[in-house]
Amino acid sequence: MNNVLLIARRELGAYLRSMGGYVIIAVLLFLDGLAFNAFAVAGTAKKSSEVLADFFFWTSGIGMAGAVFLSMRLIAEERQTGTVQLLYSSPVHDREIVLGKFFAALAFLCLFYAGTAYMPILVAVYGKISLGHVLSGYLGLLLVGASSLAVGLFGSALTKSQVVAAVSSGVMCVALTMCWIVAKVVDRPFTDIVTGLAWFGHFEPFRQGLVHLKHSVYFGLVTFVALFAATRVLEARRWR
Amino acid sequence: MIQVDGLSKYYGEHAAIKGVSFTINSGEVVGFLGLNGAGKTTTLKVLGCVLLPTSGRVIVDGFDVTRDPHEIRKRIGYLPDTPPVYDEMTVGEYLAFVAKLRGVAVANVASFVADAEKKTAITDKHDDAISTLSHGYRQRVGLAQALVHKPKLLILDEPTGGLDPVQIVEMREVIKGLKGEHTVLVSSHILGEISQICDRYLVVQGGELIAQGTEAELSDKLGSGGPIEIDCIGTAAPVIELLKKLDGVIDITLIKLDGQNVSLRIDAKSDLRPQLVKALVQADIGVLRVDRAAHRLENIFLKLTHGKDA
Repeated sequence: MNNVLLIARRELGAYLRSMGGYVIIAVLLFLDGLAFNAFAVAGTAKKSSEVLADFFFWTSGIGMAGAVFLSMRLIAEERQTGTVQLLYSSPVHDREIVLGKFFAALAFLCLFYAGTAYMPILVAVYGKISLGHVLSGYLGLLLVGASSLAVGLFGSALTKSQVVAAVSSGVMCVALTMCWIVAKVVDRPFTDIVTGLAWFGHFEPFRQGLVHLKHSVYFGLVTFVALFAATRVLEARRWR
Repeated sequence: MIQVDGLSKYYGEHAAIKGVSFTINSGEVVGFLGLNGAGKTTTLKVLGCVLLPTSGRVIVDGFDVTRDPHEIRKRIGYLPDTPPVYDEMTVGEYLAFVAKLRGVAVANVASFVADAEKKTAITDKHDDAISTLSHGYRQRVGLAQALVHKPKLLILDEPTGGLDPVQIVEMREVIKGLKGEHTVLVSSHILGEISQICDRYLVVQGGELIAQGTEAELSDKLGSGGPIEIDCIGTAAPVIELLKKLDGVIDITLIKLDGQNVSLRIDAKSDLRPQLVKALVQADIGVLRVDRAAHRLENIFLKLTHGKDA
């Protein structure tokens, strides 16, 4: 566990000291504010809870894109610069490397989520919302962000190129998103399977202010499988 | 300290190293020589537990690289061909991070870091960001990370690579200073540098170990003492005639004629310097200089790998 914290702290320091991470967060906040103004608030009169649900809808998608860009460097950059050999030659397990990097990226992504807090506050000022709805929405965002980062980390473990890492993890995230659309055009029994795979269907209750264990388990499972796969990729590299 | 027995490593169908076997004792400084693609880096990566072997047995300090890599990693310091440094950190932060990662107790981290900085002469760079350092200093920081946890074995892959002549001399002094405290395995293309650092050499070519031993042993193996250079007073012809008569002289080459002085290069079966001097003095020929030819190790290396002189 010490090694996980050690690696996470160094990785978080790398995010906080480089412009790249701040630029990604600034762009995400700008896009999220734009989407909030253009789609969540605008249009016909809405209940505050509907505005809030729309806010969580847009923030989840933008957060997922941000997670892909934040995670693309995690292992690919280490391989590109050769610093991965420092970790490989130190008494550290591959799972500790993966977990340390994952927690650092998650902490940094939380800065973005924290930066979006002014929007629910605005809704609360001009309308009426429940704290439970806000908390469940943010829990959903955290779960979407964690699973997207894990997928991104897996993509980053596959290659030395950060661009290839971003593209491959982007494709995986889009595939998990498209399942939601594909589920509407396929017949049973595939409907249930494809629906079960789609992340948005599991996020829907969270943005409406509901917390279900089965939906939390889905995100936990995606995160676990992606992190496990990333660990196996690191292990396999030693044999190649 | 290191026992390697029949080590092979394949990248797909390509064999980077094939059946390499050698032993390195505690406290030795061993040079690892080979051309590009000879398998040096791959061998060092296996010893550094960065890669796992395809076959063969590698024991470091009593532990097997495939069974107990963690135990080995605690005992080694590894400097890859590119120093594995994080640009955004300061030297002090980076070395403290590495020390903790390698299991140094928190209470000892500051003193271990200070010690490593002192050994590699980077104490004044403690608070500098690594991104602002020159290549030479980055290389020293790389070396400092390898020894910050006081490992028994240091594995240095091309530590003088890309350095200018002054930096090479400085780095050589740093590595010389490590002698006695650590067992060191160092690879380099700067063969002249290796000859001044190492006790013994391993020569690899095409993934196979083609020779090992001290410089003298390698030289004997080739059946030649290596070239000797002589500067003496006189004309070339009588000197060459005189020296040709000596037992063990294979070939004599005229290097330079400078007024009354002549410079010759003599290829001999063994080190004939005493006999050469004796013969010249007895013939009343003034001897200005007698020396083994420069880049002697380079000659041995080229003979071993290509079968020719430099």
